[in-house]
Amino acid sequence: MSAVDVKAPANGATARLSLLAGARWRWYEIAFWIVVPSLYFLAPTKLTLLSEILILGLLALSIDLVLGFAGIVTLGQGGFFGLGAYAAALMAKWGAGTAPLSDPLLGLAVAAGVAGIAGFLTSFLVLRGSDLTRLMVTLGLALIVDETANKMKWLTGGSDGLQGVLPAPVLGVWDFDLYGRVAFCYALAVLFVLFLVARQITKSPFGLSLQAIKGNPLRARTIGMPVNARLVAIYTIGAMFAGVAGGLLAQTTQFASPDMVAFHRSADALLILIFGGAGYLYGGLIGAGVFRVMQDILSNITPQYWQFWLGLVLLMLVLFVRGGILGLLRATRDRFFPPSSDKAAP
Amino acid sequence: MTVVLETRNLCKSFGGITATDNVTFKLEAGARHALIGPNGAGKTTFVNQLSGVLSPTSGTIILNGQDITNWSVRRRATSGLARTFQINQLFADFTPLQTILLAITERENAGSQWWRTSGARSDFVDESVTLLTSLGLADVMQQRVGSLAYGRQRLLEIAIAVAAKPSVLLLDEPAAGVPESDRDQILDVVDSLSADVALVLIEHDMDLVFRFAKSISVLVNGALFVEGTPAEIANDPRVRQVYLGEEELLHV
Amino acid sequence: MLTILFDGVAYGMLLFVLAVGLCVTLGLMNFINLAHGAFAMAGGYLTVVLLNKFGVSFYLCLPAAFVFCAILGAVLERTLYVRLYDKSHLDQVLFSIAIIFMSIATVDYFMGASQQIVNLPPSLQGRLEFLGASVGVYRLFVIIICGLMTIALQYALARTRFGSRLRAAVDDGRVARGMGIDVTKIFAITFAVGSGLAGLGGALGTGILSLYPTFPLKYMILFLIVISVGGTTTITGPFFASILLGVADVTGKYFLPSFGGFFIYTIMVAVLILRPQGLFVRGASR
Repeated sequence: MSAVDVKAPANGATARLSLLAGARWRWYEIAFWIVVPSLYFLAPTKLTLLSEILILGLLALSIDLVLGFAGIVTLGQGGFFGLGAYAAALMAKWGAGTAPLSDPLLGLAVAAGVAGIAGFLTSFLVLRGSDLTRLMVTLGLALIVDETANKMKWLTGGSDGLQGVLPAPVLGVWDFDLYGRVAFCYALAVLFVLFLVARQITKSPFGLSLQAIKGNPLRARTIGMPVNARLVAIYTIGAMFAGVAGGLLAQTTQFASPDMVAFHRSADALLILIFGGAGYLYGGLIGAGVFRVMQDILSNITPQYWQFWLGLVLLMLVLFVRGGILGLLRATRDRFFPPSSDKAAP
Repeated sequence: MTVVLETRNLCKSFGGITATDNVTFKLEAGARHALIGPNGAGKTTFVNQLSGVLSPTSGTIILNGQDITNWSVRRRATSGLARTFQINQLFADFTPLQTILLAITERENAGSQWWRTSGARSDFVDESVTLLTSLGLADVMQQRVGSLAYGRQRLLEIAIAVAAKPSVLLLDEPAAGVPESDRDQILDVVDSLSADVALVLIEHDMDLVFRFAKSISVLVNGALFVEGTPAEIANDPRVRQVYLGEEELLHV
Repeated sequence: MLTILFDGVAYGMLLFVLAVGLCVTLGLMNFINLAHGAFAMAGGYLTVVLLNKFGVSFYLCLPAAFVFCAILGAVLERTLYVRLYDKSHLDQVLFSIAIIFMSIATVDYFMGASQQIVNLPPSLQGRLEFLGASVGVYRLFVIIICGLMTIALQYALARTRFGSRLRAAVDDGRVARGMGIDVTKIFAITFAVGSGLAGLGGALGTGILSLYPTFPLKYMILFLIVISVGGTTTITGPFFASILLGVADVTGKYFLPSFGGFFIYTIMVAVLILRPQGLFVRGASR
């Protein structure tokens, strides 16, 4: 047997440190979470747009958990988003703006619950089959939610949307204001908490096993991993995240409509994640910002035709850039600052 | 000796082709058994049925006294049946350390813990490092698996199976495709595996087979052709005949 | 009742002509081109322009749409699609979504967002009494043309040298390559013909299908249903799936208008649940 290399960690303690180092907070992560809240002061007139970006980012994060880490291709996350939106909107409406029924956090909990149950039930359909089948089943399910929202007029208000959504003040103190200040802080706080959960998941044994399934499901099974249970779990969690994002949008815009469920919602969120880079956790958040700002600028130049430029950028991304913005940054970093050891993806 | 793994009248056919023909086979605890046979004799098909990747057309598979014929791959794995693949089945984006840690975590049913950080269990990490060191993979354990030399990947393939602490270990051509220079290392590893584990080695390389095996089964056209000690097999004229077309492999 | 059935069959046959190219290319290259509807839209808008702006006869518009879309398909296939064959399904989906977005915006830019109406030639207007049912001449025309196309396709697949090569390639691309069949070339031709057929369908359907810029998105879903129900290994599967879908959609909308598309989406998901592997064995084995 070959002699042990001197440079290699010779004992468990160093190996353990190197493993744990993957979960340490990096300077750029801390910087990110300082910059985002400070936008409250830097761009006080853009808070509504910023809230929307945070919510889109959360939706994209939910796809990242499912696609980026577990490798489940989905076009149906908009369905869970819509379920969450309607759940939260109806809670707020029924409570007529007063606690306890209209309490925003309760609304989010219900949104997560409804979307989570739907996710759990449909996960068994998604387990089977190839990427193609998964794409079509998830798309079909989202379309069914969309169609239901359109047709169940007595509950959802049909295509006109649900009016009279009045969430109670957040924690009984902060009422949603016209400038979107409370909305921004509220959305940011929820996003941050859920981000911490997502981050912990991806750095845990559970998260590692998801990446293993994505990498080689056959091998994952032969080491005794309950592959299907893990996939059901992450798909359900992803649905809950999407449901919360939908609930947030309904509460902060005080509105819910079938538009929140439509195909382009799922497609946009997927594009956002691809823009930012899947499998990094931050890809969805950064992608959401770039996407919405780009949408704003391009819409100003060519109103209503900005889809063309979006399509073009996406085309370039698929053809020439692997891994989105963060993938590009990582490749650039690796070129100029080659990593000391040839480490695997975090 | 107790029988750990057994098949009774195992048959598998693909369409009209019989790949496994009525195989009745016993493996004793701690065995060092080799399964040989010419190309296309159905060795890998047989192993795939044992490990649950394929389900047999008829017949029974018994592991430690339990009928596992209809068990899933996963349930067999958690019940003490581990295998390696003829073609590497690894996690290319992981490091060897992560790979073995994952296998040990799953063995200890801790793989669904999301509140812990991966690597927080020092006992798991220590065991991973010990195992990787004993297989000579310590120097590369922080490198990306996909970037390792082929021989190293073959070793990791064995390490994953060993990490499960199996009672039966199926090694499907562990040295296949490994350059001559790295071959000895793999033979050493196979030799040094714990005596508690019953080993089944599927191999073409007769050097390896005769160096390692205490008993040999010859599979021809999906059926068990002959069984015996290495000496019996080496001197069996019928086995010579079967292998004659291949090459003079049995000059030991 | 018979009239509804007739309308449903006409709609279904139209769907088949629209979707058949997608089915074959999916089966052949395992490539999911969600943007297939963009070619149909191109055919539809070409007809609108030729007919309403230049007064070209509707009957001439049909072959023109076929040729135009076939060329368009061939050019895009050689320049863009060819780069995507060895990429993941996700990349292919994103790519085709990009194409959809760009086609929607382009059409919107040149033609506006409103629905396009064509003035069908007088010879196609009016109704006929047929087996006690009142039948639109235009729909009868659609059925005849689509029927002819189907027969021609079936003949081309079953009887010609190209057809047998195509079938071999769909069956097992690697073996076909090993036998010296130029799968890449076959695919390029099939893609072009499939796009052309979509264009023809789009042109033919200008009076039935509503022609908005969002056409590719709306019909993408119907195409996917045709594929999921009919499979991709034959063309008879998609054919019957199309007829079934057309009849189901038309009758569903007639008797239960409040359910809308709910009905057909449920069928699609149900089929995918009951036979996911059966329909996509090729996709899964890759």
